[in-house]
Amino acid sequence: MREFDYRRAPDVSGAVALLDDDPDARYLAGGTNLVDLMKSGVERPGRLVDVRELPLDRIESAPDGGLRIGATVTNSDLAAHPDVRSRYPMLTQAVLAGASGQLRNMATVGGNLLQRTRCAYFTDTTKPCNKRAPGSGCPALSGEHHNHAILGASETCVAVHPSDMAVALAALDAVVHYETADGQGELPLDQLYLPVADTPHRETALPTGALITGVFLPPVPVAARSRYRKVRERASYAFAIGSVAAALDTRDGVVHDARLAFGAVASRPWRARTAERALIGAPATAETYAAAAAAELAAARPLPHNGYKVTLMHNLTVAVLSELAEEAAL
Amino acid sequence: MGLSTSSVITLHVNGEKHTLPVDHRTTLLDALRERLDLTGTKKGCDQGQCGACTVLVDGRRTVACLQLAVAAEGREITTIEGVADGDRLHPVQQAFIDLDGYQCGYCTPGQICSAIGMLAEHAAGWPSAASGDIRPAVGPTPLTPEEIRERMSGNLCRCSAYTSIVEAVARAAEADASSAARVPEQSGEAAV
Amino acid sequence: MTTTAQEAAVRAVGTGHVRVEGRDKVTGAARYAGDIPFTELAYGWLVLSTVVRGRIRDIASGPVLEMPGVVAVLDHRNAPRLETDYVSLLGRPDPTCAVFQHDAVPHLGWPVALVVAQTPEQAREAAEALVVEYEPLPHDIEFTGDHPDSYPVDGHMPGVTDKGDQEAELAASAAVVDEEYTTPEEHHHPMEPHAATARWEDGRLEVVDSNQGATWVVGELANLFSLDPASIRVRSEHVGGGFGSKGVRAHQVAAVMAATVLQRPVRVALTRPQMFALAGHRSPTVQRVRLGADTEGRLRALDHRSVSRTSKVYEFVEASAGVARVMYDAAAHHTENRVVRRDVPSPTFMRGPGEAPGAFALESALDELAEKCGIDPIELRLRNEPDKGPVSGLPFATRNLRACFEEGARRFGWAQRDPRPGVRRDGRWLLGTGTAAASFPAGAAPSTAAITAEADGRFTVRIAATDIGTGARTALTLVAADALDVAPERVTVRIGDSEFGFAMIAGGSMGTRSWSMAVIAAARDLRERLVPGMAIPAEGITVRSDTTAQIAALANMERHSYGAQFAEAAVDPATGEVRVRRMLGIFAAGRIVNPLTARSQFTGGMTWGISMALHEEAVRDPAFGGPVGADLAGYHVATNADVPRIEADWVDDTDPDDPVGIKGIGEVAIVGAAAAIANAVWHATGVRHRSLPIRPSRVLTAGSDA
Repeated sequence: MREFDYRRAPDVSGAVALLDDDPDARYLAGGTNLVDLMKSGVERPGRLVDVRELPLDRIESAPDGGLRIGATVTNSDLAAHPDVRSRYPMLTQAVLAGASGQLRNMATVGGNLLQRTRCAYFTDTTKPCNKRAPGSGCPALSGEHHNHAILGASETCVAVHPSDMAVALAALDAVVHYETADGQGELPLDQLYLPVADTPHRETALPTGALITGVFLPPVPVAARSRYRKVRERASYAFAIGSVAAALDTRDGVVHDARLAFGAVASRPWRARTAERALIGAPATAETYAAAAAAELAAARPLPHNGYKVTLMHNLTVAVLSELAEEAAL
Repeated sequence: MGLSTSSVITLHVNGEKHTLPVDHRTTLLDALRERLDLTGTKKGCDQGQCGACTVLVDGRRTVACLQLAVAAEGREITTIEGVADGDRLHPVQQAFIDLDGYQCGYCTPGQICSAIGMLAEHAAGWPSAASGDIRPAVGPTPLTPEEIRERMSGNLCRCSAYTSIVEAVARAAEADASSAARVPEQSGEAAV
Repeated sequence: MTTTAQEAAVRAVGTGHVRVEGRDKVTGAARYAGDIPFTELAYGWLVLSTVVRGRIRDIASGPVLEMPGVVAVLDHRNAPRLETDYVSLLGRPDPTCAVFQHDAVPHLGWPVALVVAQTPEQAREAAEALVVEYEPLPHDIEFTGDHPDSYPVDGHMPGVTDKGDQEAELAASAAVVDEEYTTPEEHHHPMEPHAATARWEDGRLEVVDSNQGATWVVGELANLFSLDPASIRVRSEHVGGGFGSKGVRAHQVAAVMAATVLQRPVRVALTRPQMFALAGHRSPTVQRVRLGADTEGRLRALDHRSVSRTSKVYEFVEASAGVARVMYDAAAHHTENRVVRRDVPSPTFMRGPGEAPGAFALESALDELAEKCGIDPIELRLRNEPDKGPVSGLPFATRNLRACFEEGARRFGWAQRDPRPGVRRDGRWLLGTGTAAASFPAGAAPSTAAITAEADGRFTVRIAATDIGTGARTALTLVAADALDVAPERVTVRIGDSEFGFAMIAGGSMGTRSWSMAVIAAARDLRERLVPGMAIPAEGITVRSDTTAQIAALANMERHSYGAQFAEAAVDPATGEVRVRRMLGIFAAGRIVNPLTARSQFTGGMTWGISMALHEEAVRDPAFGGPVGADLAGYHVATNADVPRIEADWVDDTDPDDPVGIKGIGEVAIVGAAAAIANAVWHATGVRHRSLPIRPSRVLTAGSDA
């Protein structure tokens, strides 16, 4: 690990100013990903700007019924918040499905959104990786990729985004707020993550030096009946090999509204809009759910060793939607 | 703007203040072990993947290997050396002895700190991934073995004393619900 | 004081006692190898090769030596010379520990340099900055069961045993199973990474280390550095797990080299990722099992062939076919352990070596045979109980496998089991139950012990035993108390110090058995010395024992621990998730010294079985030669949430002819556990899984090649 300067940001504008002053600097919040990446040499910042104590740690109800979540709210506090649990239960479930109690106590909302892929070639600096060292190649394509992308990937990178929280936020139309030296800005979560294309090292649409200040959740009535289910290779404390965030509102046997997003299948949380279109207005039956899953997964381009993910995501989607429908019928 | 790669910081550990210069690269884990001779906190992976270095920071369980020491300045840190009340062991410690909640003992300090933090989280009404209906109106989840297992899964035990760890945590929680969830005083009760 | 005739009212052995070091372990007071402070301590950081095979062209030490805090860079050009042409307790040394002796790189992660600095942060940064230039050479890590380069190896047992006519007996069999089973590369990963601090003081070398045998490490270091063993002291008071991985390794040798060169204390600890290359591992295995049985399920043919993989520098065989030599007889009986040498790190003993992967294959095949014969799997095994060693022809010292199955079946509710697969459901989960047999040899090796009758009426036992979490320190306290006929509270057992004389390592499930023999022998002699009423001098009265002759006099018999494993598995066929819902293990493992800690060791071993069945697998990238995701997030071991309530218990297993009646218990508990789970998965789903681990991807693609 390289030596570095450390500053505690006095306030948001001070944080932005400290970072803007130095292109070699990084914001430090919970540190659960950044410090790890510094140890492995993937990140070698010359300065850390600690934003952990900025007054961005509140969750507040917005007048329109939505929620404003500060960027330094910990994963634990987000998951435990009564309004999140009652109005967006899939978000609480997604956060609780991630990492461990200790890590959730440290990790923040802003940091969670910006965490890097756990692709083992990315985190090993002795290996080529187009995301870490543009143009060096992608060994995962011909190597070990059983937990890599089946959707939206390119020939340059097949890594998946590791966040559970972001999958729920994608389904909930969250909007990310940020600040730069030029002022404040916002990005819908759908537009936060850039397509892989041939620039996998460019991950987000945030302007240079931007500090995420919070996430806004609009009112999403259908989310009151929602669920996040994650499949992984052990029962806890592991990244997903596939996950589904789903919300379903059925009325008179017909899908009135639905939200659906997939995790661990793409470089970004994957909002399944094709499936949503197939669901809304269709009969609330297992056949509909299967057809919707198939419609979304028609775009899947599995690699030689991750074809099982297409089956997994199909089955998981049908299972979660069926569970939600059954519970609604009770 | 000038750069400095080290700072003189004051760490509050187990109710005592320690002022020391630190290389900014020093993690809280290494500061405790190599600088303050508090070696009860163990280094199992140094990557946040095992939980052996779990300590309480402002009452919340935290992996010390991913916490930079310089960023921990001003926080109340409790390590395994600070959880007993003098000679009187914390109920979680006593239960680990009585029910053999360990084998080699290397993950044990982290397990115990994690259990203390976890019991406080549960007492505060936090749900877990093992909780069924997490809506607040449903009320708090009882601390079933399944809940303990999920909540303690951030602490690996390769000797695999898990069944005894679950029994020990359950006994500590039952024996004295208030004191088992007792976060040692200097860490602040209101943490969760 | 004066001695009196003391009668301990209750025997200590056989009743539960909490660990004598328990308070130290729960308060953080127990010091492990990396926890002991030294003044002037310097920190060494190993630099490992980033090429799989090749030669070191250059190591740019100069710029690194200019970095802050760096005090030395050791590599093959300036490191002390080592001697590796010797044979010790476990045979010839794995040359991987003989660091910095030449410029050849035989596998990824080979140690090429040690950077020593004043602080760990400085050492790490300097090690990362060290530029090593290689001449890469082609490598090959491909491992298959039919590899043309495989050859049979006599390891700690003969490579091949053979009797009868396989083809004739198979042809005459009413039911035949002929399948291939595979187990992956697995890693020990004790929670405490390997660490050693070395220093020279007054002409003696002291090493504070994390190992499974202090005098063993002394012997290795004496050989390697051509030193008088009497000039070396190794201490390992508390050891954070071993499971076979903690012998002499690169870290101790590098620490001794640096301490020698710098004449100051130097600590070298392996990082978790480094352990994947330097701490040993369990080789992957490809096993073919052929079974032929008559209509009653009695075996006519048994053919168990295993191929494992070793490095190019060290021949180690994972003797998976050995378990068949103990468990079942047949007119035609063939077993074979082969290895293939590839450009990979050296494997080593790992909990249940040979038996753990071997029993997965053999006990899965038995389950398949039971299915084909339409015979209950327990009944099939009981019909094939041999009355003497199937290969050796020797009598069994004890063999209480039948009692294990009968007690286990009763407690697990086996009689109510519907043998049909795929017919039980609980919501999204398909449910099934499975069973398997377990065995592991109960060996013993010479050891010495000393017991001192102290002037204050207490007794001090000194033995270079190691407690790697087994509870050995507590067990020996109880054994000594009974042998001295005093309460355990009056006995202090000191272990983990080579100054106490030679003793067996904590390995092969031989430790507690071997050490107990030495402690009992010393206690017997001491009691003869102590005449009631005699005065004990201030320095106490010390008696030493050596069990070499006693071990040599042991009758040649088949001595093993046995067990019956039971598991209930739940499988979600939609997602491929598998969960173990309950497990029961009943063991016949000699005299159980401390039921409290013995139960922990049994359930711990069974949990290893869950981990082996469902989680553990190191996948090597053929292009880069190393495991992908070499950390504890990439290599999954079972978490707390993966482990249900596990029960372990035991049946009487008394051997009246044995001097101590104690057998090892650490290994037998993993043996058969993975097979019981895999058999339960078959019972749940009707699908056989012959490749471990049974990950969701394998469940979802079962039946296809994906």
